[in-house]
Amino acid sequence: MSTLLEVSGVSVSFDGFRAINNLTFQIGTAELRAVIGPNGAGKTTFMDIVTGKTKPDEGNIIWGEKSISLVGMSEARIAQAGIGRKFQKPTVFESQTVQENLLMALRKDRGPLAVLFYRPSPADLERVAELADDMGLSEALLRIAGELSHGQKQWLEIGMLLAQEPQLLLVDEPAAGMTPAEREKTTSILVEAARTRAVVVVEHDMDFVRRLECKVTVLHEGSVLAEGSLDHVTKNQAVVDVYLGR
Amino acid sequence: MNRSFIARNPSVLVFLSLLALFTIMVTVLSEGFGIGIVSTSFVKTLGKTLCLCLIAVAMDLIWGYTGILSLGHFAFFGLGGYMIGIWLMYERTRQIVATSLSEGILPPTPEETEAAIANQIFGVVGSSEFPIVWAFSNSLVVQLILVVLVPGVFALIFGWLAFRSRVTGVYLSILTQAMTLGLSLYLFQNANGFRGNNGLSGLQNLPGVTAPQSVVSLWFFWASAVALGLGYLLTAWVVSGKFGSVIRGIRDNETRVRFLGYSVESYKLAVFTLTACISGIAGALYYPQAGIINPAELAPIASIYLAVWVAIGGRGRLYGAVIGTAFVSLVSSWSTGGQAPDISLGFYTIRWVDWWLVLLGLSFVLVTLFAPGGIGAIFDHLSRQSNGRGTS
Repeated sequence: MSTLLEVSGVSVSFDGFRAINNLTFQIGTAELRAVIGPNGAGKTTFMDIVTGKTKPDEGNIIWGEKSISLVGMSEARIAQAGIGRKFQKPTVFESQTVQENLLMALRKDRGPLAVLFYRPSPADLERVAELADDMGLSEALLRIAGELSHGQKQWLEIGMLLAQEPQLLLVDEPAAGMTPAEREKTTSILVEAARTRAVVVVEHDMDFVRRLECKVTVLHEGSVLAEGSLDHVTKNQAVVDVYLGR
Repeated sequence: MNRSFIARNPSVLVFLSLLALFTIMVTVLSEGFGIGIVSTSFVKTLGKTLCLCLIAVAMDLIWGYTGILSLGHFAFFGLGGYMIGIWLMYERTRQIVATSLSEGILPPTPEETEAAIANQIFGVVGSSEFPIVWAFSNSLVVQLILVVLVPGVFALIFGWLAFRSRVTGVYLSILTQAMTLGLSLYLFQNANGFRGNNGLSGLQNLPGVTAPQSVVSLWFFWASAVALGLGYLLTAWVVSGKFGSVIRGIRDNETRVRFLGYSVESYKLAVFTLTACISGIAGALYYPQAGIINPAELAPIASIYLAVWVAIGGRGRLYGAVIGTAFVSLVSSWSTGGQAPDISLGFYTIRWVDWWLVLLGLSFVLVTLFAPGGIGAIFDHLSRQSNGRGTS
């Protein structure tokens, strides 16, 4: 399995506080990975750095087959390169319909002029309906996204991510605030998505991570503390001390 | 712009029909072509109001849809007015000068004519030479192009600098206001070639036209109505598709749009520039009806009024912007023009001239706090009700 994203020796400080400290991280082209760690371990900052929201002070981020550097690229360019991001709080466009949300996310030319003259083709609408169906939202296609339940909004956002057809999906706490049934569905959506692309899930909830049945990276104080299967890392004494022991 | 666009947006058709009906009605009632119930000065007021509605539509696109509270669009409006004013003033002065010089014994040389025109126009600010900004004043075509080009390029440069630095929210509003104030102060300078605080005047007289003002006023009224119709149609089309989705997304959650892979800055810049061009056209139609433009027109307060009109009419609804502007600006000119009757309470007399601004400010606060949909929301409600009846 070839490497899709390679983060090496990345550090970033905010006002003297080292949020990320010499972090090294790799993920392959079709892999599901869970990133866990206590609060302040740098999980969200890690995502900010990969997606271009935060510029690293040092280190390299190499992306894709062509091995391009993501450092210094704008958020929009990184997203176009194939990295999709889901936020902790569901952030969909609440004043627009589910269909409009998904159409906006659909992988198409993002330039203002192309968008101005864009009108959805039957194939586009079909693809949107298909995505909505996968997310269990086919009944809600023409509803305003703001009216959806919390879980539905999370799925819509995941659906929007999939519509982007990214090669890497960064998902921040997808199961937060979900009922057990909703969690199960979210698990299967993520596992299914990881068959064809890389998916990184940041999660607090150990039960949820266990169900993902994937390799786990433990972050602590901005760097990788341990990596391996969940059973492997939970036996690691350092991990137990900083995280699981509490 | 195809038929399905109109079919999907019936409100556009309703608006255009009402605008056409209104235009015909005013024409029939006018002094120029009709039975003379509506005075020429009121035709001008209505024509000017249509121009204000056009800039309000632009304001709604940038603020109501894209979420950028620009306090600078009246600057673009004024620039459009100055650009057409330069030609109107030059050409009319040239004709007057040519007539008076032709009475002499020797025919005047072109240099003499130019010097006489410059003296006529710039004598008031102590100059007798044409400044560089009047280089194309003798060409109507060039000045018409400049009506769109000057505000457009100005907005492009300003917007590029501001959006690239990711200035947003209230900071951007302050920046646009500073821009407007700066431009107004620049135009006030006598040396800069815009006749300082005298501004450009006599713009209601079209050079070479002998028709009376009652007729000319209708020409401008029609032109304003057509411009508003086209501007409305263009804006409605722009916001109807995915472009509309993206800019509303920027308004509601800029970061999310960025992570979807859209270059938010390009979209903001495109909308800012487009609305500046529309504002320039509106200004170029407004000031010939007003007859005079001076730098005070560009004062920041004008752009704030614009925001108030759009807020009262209802942001994010194009017809809301039109209704709000027409309503507030007409009531404003009625109550500050001295026609409104004072209300005597015995111990105190309420004079509209004094209280109008207080009422306007109060209604702005109340609308913002309790009815963010403004007047337009009433129409939303009515159309939803009738739709509900239709399907049930």
